[in-house]
Amino acid sequence: MTRPSDLKDGVLVDGGPGRFGPYGGQYVPETLMPCLRELESVWLAARGDPAFLAELAELQADYSGRPTPLYRARRFEAACGGQARVWLKREDLNHTGAHKINNCLGQVLLARRMGKRRLIAETGAGQHGVATATVAALAGLECTVYMGEVDMRRQEPNVQRMRLLGAEVVPVLTGARTLKDATSEAIRDWVTNVAHSHYIIGSTVGPHPYPTMVRDFQSVIGIEARRQILEKEGRLPDAAIACVGGGSNAAGLFAAFLDDPVALFGVEAGGGAHGHSAALGLGTPGVLHGSYSYLLQDPDGQVVPAHSIAAGLDYPGVGPEHSHLKDTGRVTYDSVDDAEAQAAFGDLCRLEGIIPALESSHALAFCRRFLRDEAACARLRASRTVGLDGGPLVIVINLSGRGDKDMHDRNEMHDQDGGGHEQAR
Amino acid sequence: MSRLGDLTAALRRDGVRPVVPFVTAGYPDDEACRGALRGLKDAGCRLVEIGVPFSDPVADGPVIQAASQRALVQGMTPARSLELAAWAGRELDLTVVLMGYLNPVLHRGPAAFARDCAAAGVAGVIVPDLPLDEAAGLRRVLGPVDVDLISLVAPTTDEARLRRHAESAAGFLYLVSTTGVTGAGAGAGDELEAYADRVRAVCALPLYVGFGVGTPAQAARVAGCADGAIVGSALLRRLADAADPDAARTAAATFVTDLYRSMNPEADAPVKGDRS
Repeated sequence: MTRPSDLKDGVLVDGGPGRFGPYGGQYVPETLMPCLRELESVWLAARGDPAFLAELAELQADYSGRPTPLYRARRFEAACGGQARVWLKREDLNHTGAHKINNCLGQVLLARRMGKRRLIAETGAGQHGVATATVAALAGLECTVYMGEVDMRRQEPNVQRMRLLGAEVVPVLTGARTLKDATSEAIRDWVTNVAHSHYIIGSTVGPHPYPTMVRDFQSVIGIEARRQILEKEGRLPDAAIACVGGGSNAAGLFAAFLDDPVALFGVEAGGGAHGHSAALGLGTPGVLHGSYSYLLQDPDGQVVPAHSIAAGLDYPGVGPEHSHLKDTGRVTYDSVDDAEAQAAFGDLCRLEGIIPALESSHALAFCRRFLRDEAACARLRASRTVGLDGGPLVIVINLSGRGDKDMHDRNEMHDQDGGGHEQAR
Repeated sequence: MSRLGDLTAALRRDGVRPVVPFVTAGYPDDEACRGALRGLKDAGCRLVEIGVPFSDPVADGPVIQAASQRALVQGMTPARSLELAAWAGRELDLTVVLMGYLNPVLHRGPAAFARDCAAAGVAGVIVPDLPLDEAAGLRRVLGPVDVDLISLVAPTTDEARLRRHAESAAGFLYLVSTTGVTGAGAGAGDELEAYADRVRAVCALPLYVGFGVGTPAQAARVAGCADGAIVGSALLRRLADAADPDAARTAAATFVTDLYRSMNPEADAPVKGDRS
């Protein structure tokens, strides 16, 4: 699959532990390497330990409220042209309002096994920060969350939530003051305090074992969705759709369908006049925050700031597994711009009484666009198993989080004059 | 042995405990950076570290982050950093170790990067986000052109890893003094002597201590248990206010001379370069 030239004169490795093709790896300072080894071994042991799995399952059920429902959005699907049945995986109904808690519950149990007394997190939209602050409170651990100053403004309710939960929220003033810079700052804290602090990375990014470990903790999304759609439709969906920033909600949904004849779509943030966050669509491979993956960079290999209206997608990199799934063609990656995402946000609010996160709105917008594209639908139908070609398409969308956090942003946008935002309404 | 290894071995043989200063290429600006390098030459330095500014320097503290950002805004690039390194070798007869993060190296292409380093006379390369486990490939392309890939060890590195480092290390071994980023205030930690002994037991190379070494007292302590001191943030802080290349030259020379004297109390004052 990989051309020799992709391996950068032998500096990269193709395959092996922690690799997805040539992507992934562990590009971090020496100080962190022993800690990554420990984390990997503790995680691998926990994965096969019935006591760990039972404790996690209990927290998922009784604390977070799993399984989350799979809900058929009839008015939304009618607005999309009526040729598909659209099911929403309601990760927004998790405790703390997003899929992020799935990963945090798993990692806090690992942190406890490693005897750490403090948790560190980065956050963009604030959902991962809230989830980390929540599990820190639950486990009685200290918690520090790094958040870009720009994001603290646009996701202000989540800043208040984190502080209520007892976390220290540290504003990050470097770079573009968004998720990338918050992640760098969290890594610096981790290097300094590695003896007693565990870094809960919020997405399928970072050095091995994080991309695989976070995907594993998020795979509960896909496992449930697959079982639920089989119960409700009596068959697998034709397609599954999720938004992709770092890519954890998408990786979690896709994990259960990779070996099935199900079309998978990852939707990046196409942004607007100020730029985009489409690392897979428009980037090239490089190293940021510990792994080799698609990345927005300039001709000198400097990382270029991303842009998205959705703070959680506003990141110039993407998880290494997604890079591999792009190269192999198993997943189709596309993008949706700020305006399309806002339009879909409004649709779901008014048609279904569900306020989605702006991040998840990218997946909704892609679905709407796809279903209005006769040729794309015809191709998807043609690819189906014989015997099904007559019935409507069945689509699962990961509604990864709720949008109350975006109220401030929406209001601010109403106050702005025009820009690219007005066409959304 | 490598060119860098020859130099560090000679320094050790002569009983010299060097200060290895770090400057960010293009900081505080292009000319003042060259002025600072002249000052380092004035102070008797043989070996200097030049940092290639990167947009996301995760191993660096606030001082080097800010210096990198400023240099980038002023137009510094990896190619121009290499030109600066070549100039320092050619004009000042300094031996240069280049510090740069992995992504620009990958983006240039490691083989091309190795050729660039050789052409610029660079003797060693430090890549702070390329740990031992991922380093073999880059070492393979740098070796044939006599550029050492410097190994960094940390207080968290256990004995088994230290042995693996010792097998592949060349030039000198970089001891990261503390768990943390560059310029961390505390400086050489409580356990520095024991840590240096632990490393020396498995590695015969000269040991140079960096991260948080910035005062004569800290440098003297390093000299008591290791072979050299690498000083970055503390030097850049002194260059921040330099109004012109001459001011940068004087500031760099004065600062490094003080550190050098504290590390080599028995030595004569270092020979000043000809400033005319």
